[in-house]
Amino acid sequence: METLEQYSILLVYSAMAIYALAFISFALDLAKRSSQMKAAAAVAAPVTAELVGASVSGRGGAVDAPAVPAGAGDASGVDASRKRSVTLRIGVALTILGFLLQLVGVVLRGIAAGRVPWANMYEFSITGTLLIMAVFLVVLIREDLRFLGTFITGLVLILLGVSTVNYYVAVVPLPPALESAWLVIHVFVASLGTAFFALGGALSGIQLLQNRREASPKSRFLNFRLLDTLPDSVRLENLAYRINIVGFVFWTFTLIAGAVWAERAWGRYWGWDTKEVWTFIIWVIYAGYIHARATKGWRGSRSAWLALIGFAAVLFNFGVVNVFFKGLHAYSGL
Amino acid sequence: MSRPSDHFDSPSPTPESARDGGSASITQPKLGVVGWLRWFWRQLSSMRTALFLLLLLALAAVPGSLVPQRSSDPNGVTQYFVDNPTLAPILDSVQMFSVYSSVWFSSIYLLLFISLVGCVIPRTKHHFDALRSAPPKTPARLERLGGFTTRQADGDSSAILESARTILKKSGYRVRLFQDARSTSVSAERGYARETGNLVFHTALVGILVTVGIGGGFGYAGQRVVVEGQTFVNTLLAFDSFNPGRFFSDDTLAPFTLRLDKFDATYETKNLNAFGQPIDYSAHVTTAEDGKESDGEVKVNSPLKIGGSDVYLLGNGYAPTLTVKNAQGDVVFTDSVPFLPQDANLTSLGVIKITDGLPEQVGMIGFFYPTQDVGSNGAYFSSFPEAEYPVVTLNVYEGDLGLDKGVPTSVYSLATDKMTQLTGGKTGIDSIELKPGETAQLPNGMGTVTLDGIKRFASFDIHRDPTQAWVLVFAILVLGGLLTSLFIPRRRVWVKLIENADGTGVTLEYAGLARGDDPRLNDAVAEIADKHIKSLPTPAGKTTTTNPGANTPDDA
Repeated sequence: METLEQYSILLVYSAMAIYALAFISFALDLAKRSSQMKAAAAVAAPVTAELVGASVSGRGGAVDAPAVPAGAGDASGVDASRKRSVTLRIGVALTILGFLLQLVGVVLRGIAAGRVPWANMYEFSITGTLLIMAVFLVVLIREDLRFLGTFITGLVLILLGVSTVNYYVAVVPLPPALESAWLVIHVFVASLGTAFFALGGALSGIQLLQNRREASPKSRFLNFRLLDTLPDSVRLENLAYRINIVGFVFWTFTLIAGAVWAERAWGRYWGWDTKEVWTFIIWVIYAGYIHARATKGWRGSRSAWLALIGFAAVLFNFGVVNVFFKGLHAYSGL
Repeated sequence: MSRPSDHFDSPSPTPESARDGGSASITQPKLGVVGWLRWFWRQLSSMRTALFLLLLLALAAVPGSLVPQRSSDPNGVTQYFVDNPTLAPILDSVQMFSVYSSVWFSSIYLLLFISLVGCVIPRTKHHFDALRSAPPKTPARLERLGGFTTRQADGDSSAILESARTILKKSGYRVRLFQDARSTSVSAERGYARETGNLVFHTALVGILVTVGIGGGFGYAGQRVVVEGQTFVNTLLAFDSFNPGRFFSDDTLAPFTLRLDKFDATYETKNLNAFGQPIDYSAHVTTAEDGKESDGEVKVNSPLKIGGSDVYLLGNGYAPTLTVKNAQGDVVFTDSVPFLPQDANLTSLGVIKITDGLPEQVGMIGFFYPTQDVGSNGAYFSSFPEAEYPVVTLNVYEGDLGLDKGVPTSVYSLATDKMTQLTGGKTGIDSIELKPGETAQLPNGMGTVTLDGIKRFASFDIHRDPTQAWVLVFAILVLGGLLTSLFIPRRRVWVKLIENADGTGVTLEYAGLARGDDPRLNDAVAEIADKHIKSLPTPAGKTTTTNPGANTPDDA
């Protein structure tokens, strides 16, 4: 058993190394987008607006061209080359490799423990980040969100780094309070919800940048050229919404499953324990997000801010409440 | 009005001033009491207010996680008052130690739910009407709508239209035929369940609130420590602590008894990383109800159901059995005393109070070490939670126990301020130390104390909540309503047939309108068009124009 546990951590470390390479690859792609846009803008400058078309309305270029959303024009050369971009493909391939290594690492941890590998802080981290990767890769099949690669691999790297250094604990048996089928369901679905919120949060963040750029193309602050190669803010908002509502459904289920389990284990389904409070707060924030998108004056940037605040609360609930707050959910194992 | 006026999908109000010839100053009509109430109600049931209250609710829930709460952590509150003597009373005056039942938290969620009801009722009425009405008239110009596409076909017009109608009907659309001077058309709508789900979701939330608010008052929760061999009788006096709901009456307590036969605890011994960690707790009990006895087991994640109540295993520990005799050899005290665990290896603290039979009242503070060990500084500690090498030490106090005034005191603590310490601590006399079966002399020739044996105790939570099944039902409705309202697309689709002017067949126009978030609208319209053309007997025509068009927002 000792050895399985060691193989597991070794695989997690290897996955981290691969993710780091993937991160570099994705970052190079972003840099390339930026320089391509600069070049395209330089070419476009002498030409008049009619030629510029969809995606080139960057700084220094024909800024007065009608604000046709970037990314809508698949025909433009920049976008076509994007599909074949080698750096992107390497990034995705490395991410898949890292994911497979991590998957085996997580499974080995489960075998070593003889139970599901999500019963303490370290295990929540390796399983949770694995799910973030899984959701990212699955969504990639349907939508080209590879531009989020730097964010996702970066986030997962940081989380894995923090958890292997600070949260690592050897395999220990479950305390009686965790001996329940609900451990399998409740915690897994919560992690899955977190994974969707992470992706949705990333999209909302980029949406905010894109909103800024669309509203004031000449502003200097946080105004990146590469944004022109990404979908426009409305499309980003729709994507973020579709992903966040999946997260919200999982979160609702987590809340209900948690209450059912609390009733079995502690004799009450709701007791305002600190973790319950934060799960509730997150649920309310995302409920607010969904309503904001249906409210005049709140659609767009404001609702995107709510998605970001919601994801910040998710991270807080995971990283701070689990470790530093007192309560019944004291299963960090630290 | 189906939705609040500031809903994204609601039409903008007509600017009154424009019709009045654009006069610069707007003269508001005077609002009477009813007018003001109406205005207030409109504000309260608007989307903006609901959103504001939602965010306020999230914010208001935060302090309860930063400051200990009386409901979940009463000892933490006491400690907070000790640690922060100036701040605590100030926080207490704004109900910071009972946030979730405070006036301000309650007003936020009550306002939110009133706002919600104000929104749900008109929407329900509107939806009920929509459910009974047929799809609306086909718009004159379809090309402005989502997924607009046209096809050419040949053949009998009414057969072509009938085929479209059948296809749409089979795909779950509600259909209606229209005819005007230029064209005939099918108007179809599907996904009414989206709005139904939305209303179910919100109504079920109200259901949860009402059930918790009113129904919670009928239940009770009580705690009781039971030592092996003892029997608990489910009556009010038998509980160590008891929290009745508002509408609780004594006859709610079902007449049953519960005897703790044996308590088993298993601890990890193989994995050195988790040495001594509990693996399993099982309380073996015999219950009796209506004269029928039966064996049962209570574990941490599996409560025992009896007499409409649930019995939960909350805690456990050791209860050393001690017998005290006076100088004459008469027994003045004999009992198994639950000692409260202080650490993971169950070093436990207990108190014995002897009121009568000795020259003075005597109190003893005892420590119990299941597996006694001695630290480098000479202090005792327990190195394993199982009773492998059990030792009890006792510090004896003499004086006034403070029980005679009738003031309730805890059985787990000893007020030593009016007592004189006789053994242990600074007295210079060693504490009494006992292993099972041993007897020791009490100081000053008062008598003897014997450790007869070590028993286990379990602490049970006995709990009844007749409404929690309803809460679960509403919770499931919440989830179901959420799924339907978020993922079932509500859309309208139109198929319009126009006879070509040159008499060479017909032009078919297809278009859709999303009612709420509907990322697949354009695909859906194209699918219907393809399916329709394929169903026609003659070879299909070709697409002439497409419009990857409008996608209207979601509703919430």
